[in-house]
Amino acid sequence: MVNLETVAAVQLKNITKRFGKVVANDNVSLDINKGEILSLLGENGSGKTTLMNMLAGIYFPDEGEILVNGKPVTIASPKDAFDNGIGMIHQHFKLVDVFTAVENIVLGLENEGKLDLKAAAAKITEICRKYGFVIDPNKKVYDMSVSEKQTVEIVKVLYRGAQILILDEPTAVLTPQETDRLFDVMRNMKADGKAMIIITHKLHEVMDVSDRVAVLRKGKYVGDVATKDTSPQALTDMMVGHAVTLNIDRPEPKDPTPRLEVSGLTVYDALGVKRLDNVTFTAMGGEILGIAGIAGSGQKELLESIAGLQPISPGASIRYRPIGYSEDKDSVELVGKTPLQIKQSGVSLAFVPEDRLGMGLVGSLGMTGNMLLRSYRKGHGAFTDRKTPKKLAEEVLTELDVITPSVNFPVRRLSGGNVQKVLVGREIAQEPSVLMTAYAVRGLDINTSYTIYNLLTDQKMKGVAVVYVGEDLDVLLELCDRILVLCGGQVSGIVDARATTKEEVGLLMTRFKKEAAEA
Amino acid sequence: MSQVKQGKEPLLRIAKRDGISRPKAYGIRVIAVLLALIVSGIFIFAVTKLNPVDVYKGIYTGAFGTSKRFWVTIRDTMMLLCIGVGLAPAFKMKFWNIGAEGQILIGGVVTAGIMRAYGNSISTPVLLVIMAVMSLLAGCVWGVIPATFKAKWNTNETLFTLMMNYVAIQITSYCVALWENPIGSNTVGVINQQTKGGWFPAIFGQSYGLNVILVLALTIGMYIYLKYSKQGYEITVVGDSVNTARYAGISVKKVTIRTMAISGAICGLAGFIAVAGASHTISTSTAGGRGFTAIIVAWLAQFNTFVMILISLLLVFLQKGAIQIASQFNLNDYASNIITGIILFFILGSEFFINYRVILRSKKEGEAK
Repeated sequence: MVNLETVAAVQLKNITKRFGKVVANDNVSLDINKGEILSLLGENGSGKTTLMNMLAGIYFPDEGEILVNGKPVTIASPKDAFDNGIGMIHQHFKLVDVFTAVENIVLGLENEGKLDLKAAAAKITEICRKYGFVIDPNKKVYDMSVSEKQTVEIVKVLYRGAQILILDEPTAVLTPQETDRLFDVMRNMKADGKAMIIITHKLHEVMDVSDRVAVLRKGKYVGDVATKDTSPQALTDMMVGHAVTLNIDRPEPKDPTPRLEVSGLTVYDALGVKRLDNVTFTAMGGEILGIAGIAGSGQKELLESIAGLQPISPGASIRYRPIGYSEDKDSVELVGKTPLQIKQSGVSLAFVPEDRLGMGLVGSLGMTGNMLLRSYRKGHGAFTDRKTPKKLAEEVLTELDVITPSVNFPVRRLSGGNVQKVLVGREIAQEPSVLMTAYAVRGLDINTSYTIYNLLTDQKMKGVAVVYVGEDLDVLLELCDRILVLCGGQVSGIVDARATTKEEVGLLMTRFKKEAAEA
Repeated sequence: MSQVKQGKEPLLRIAKRDGISRPKAYGIRVIAVLLALIVSGIFIFAVTKLNPVDVYKGIYTGAFGTSKRFWVTIRDTMMLLCIGVGLAPAFKMKFWNIGAEGQILIGGVVTAGIMRAYGNSISTPVLLVIMAVMSLLAGCVWGVIPATFKAKWNTNETLFTLMMNYVAIQITSYCVALWENPIGSNTVGVINQQTKGGWFPAIFGQSYGLNVILVLALTIGMYIYLKYSKQGYEITVVGDSVNTARYAGISVKKVTIRTMAISGAICGLAGFIAVAGASHTISTSTAGGRGFTAIIVAWLAQFNTFVMILISLLLVFLQKGAIQIASQFNLNDYASNIITGIILFFILGSEFFINYRVILRSKKEGEAK
């Protein structure tokens, strides 16, 4: 156990951080001891990263105080954080590609005298030897693997004398072997008396590496437990909390028929990382299929592959059947088609992407200009027809209560909820037979969220196959008919939303079930 | 120190405006022009002891004083406008085409070559059409090369278009040496000075009438193209977000290449107008930096080609005025450039105040907690 007589390395007291109206951290208090590995656990948007960013000097708390070694400190910048011995390893590495490891590590240090890279390299080798890192100080970052880059980040903060290390989802980008090696290093650092906070979604890693687990839910501190006294099941319960009744109107599916048959879908991203692994499922017309999963489990890639926006590995098939298809007519294959070809082959696919302004809309144009995005090819000859989209824009404006000075006001300057209404309004106006939405209610207030839920349910009752990617399990459980759970790019289960529980979905999201079965 | 101290808010803060009413925006611009005149007036008086009003009159005389000067100002305005119109689609697509200089030159070289070779054998109207088409093609090629590389291999278009300028300059130098006339002058001289073969004919008694007609037609055409055509819509979407374009099924590669073909072609045509419609010769300075100045024209006008007319006119007006006051008041070039610089600075600066507002730190927030 930790030597209890010493004061905690870091104490967070009653920390509150707001972004506009959103409370990201609500009166959170947390201690981290020397020689301890603390896991910080929580669903997406529960405020883990925000909290850690305040320790690292990226954000400044609105209320509350931070104590290091029992003394109150002001951390207003990353430099202040370093001065207090706090170092954060971010999810996205912050390295200069064309520099070597040693150049990256000394970058930004204000030492007297001339830059002595040799001495720095020697010190780095010493740090590596001490904790068991493997790194070539003179290797350029662009030649490094993801794991090596991470090592450079960790050595960088150690070089600066960090006593408290924060690792934000360090294992998300690592292979299992690399993860094991990282954990060995972490244990070495622990033995040396360093305090460490690790943010991870993977419960088995939590059980494996940490001494204590602290759980956040919706910005609030739920509690902490010693790892040896808990189980993945108990942690999941702490993380998702008790089911909340939302009273979303959910009619029974209307004669469900296969609409999209996805099989063997595998997708690699530009860096060669596998994002989807042999995904197979069928989306039915007349039902809402929910997609649940930790952020980055392949949700984005799944929807984009169906929309023709992702390169798909060979062997996959996505078959589409329109509403009211006849048995003798063959279904349409979507794999290998561009978005335009998909549209031209008569597939009516509506897609509300996660990045509303970056992918779904043209920010500099008004509502009319954005309605045109789906229909501009129809116009007269070389020219666009503006009358129909203008009429549509006005319809969406009145039906969905969009608040905008005019239909020509740039949508970029509208509020998040109104931007989403414009996007959803346009997509539904296509009278689609498949409607895919990614985080359709993210950032929206309660009323707008319910407007969107009702619109989706209306579509379902029209026989549309609705695919709803969501992050709030309560909503998924009450809105959807079936829920497909993704974990690390694989389908870890498809469950009946009426029969399942929040805990079951939560476990599937972290794949506890499968691992338990394997063990 | 038991309380966490808040970081101090800076004295001046800049915030983006949510939008500004049109009269207010024009108000700010008018104030900017007046301020510019006052500040440069003070500068003139302080440095040269001249009456600022006389100097301003001089600027006006330089640009519009005589019928000839008036038409030269118009001719140069049209030239700048034509290039700006050519650059508009590229920049609207966020394709940083800084290669207009080269596209103009290559269009000009082709025009000059045809003019020299066939000026006395083919009738002028036919020759003009041939030269126009060939200069369009030449500029088009010069634009499509960097666009293709960008579309296929994602090369940096800024560097690529810039490099293409130097290639065009080298080709022009080679042709100047080849076509040197008279020998030893190191210039091409005025081509077909006697026969005027391949020169723009005078229209309504004005030698630059055709320039005006051609460029204004392009200006109107480009306005309609960007605003009402399907291709113009695609350019807007690609310029706003490549991902949105892909999402909507727009082929970004195709739009990139097609738009640069148009942009390059119009800049090539500007070379044709410069050679056949104005100088009747070719040299490495035929483009004269206007390919770069036109970038300012296009951006300041926010790609509205009608606004570009005003901006081109203003820039040319100031330039001609500067030349005039330099000779009239015996000022050196720098003094007159400073005056035009002050005026431009204020006008450009006013755009900042139209888009942003400056907030002074309120006393309460500045107090230590």
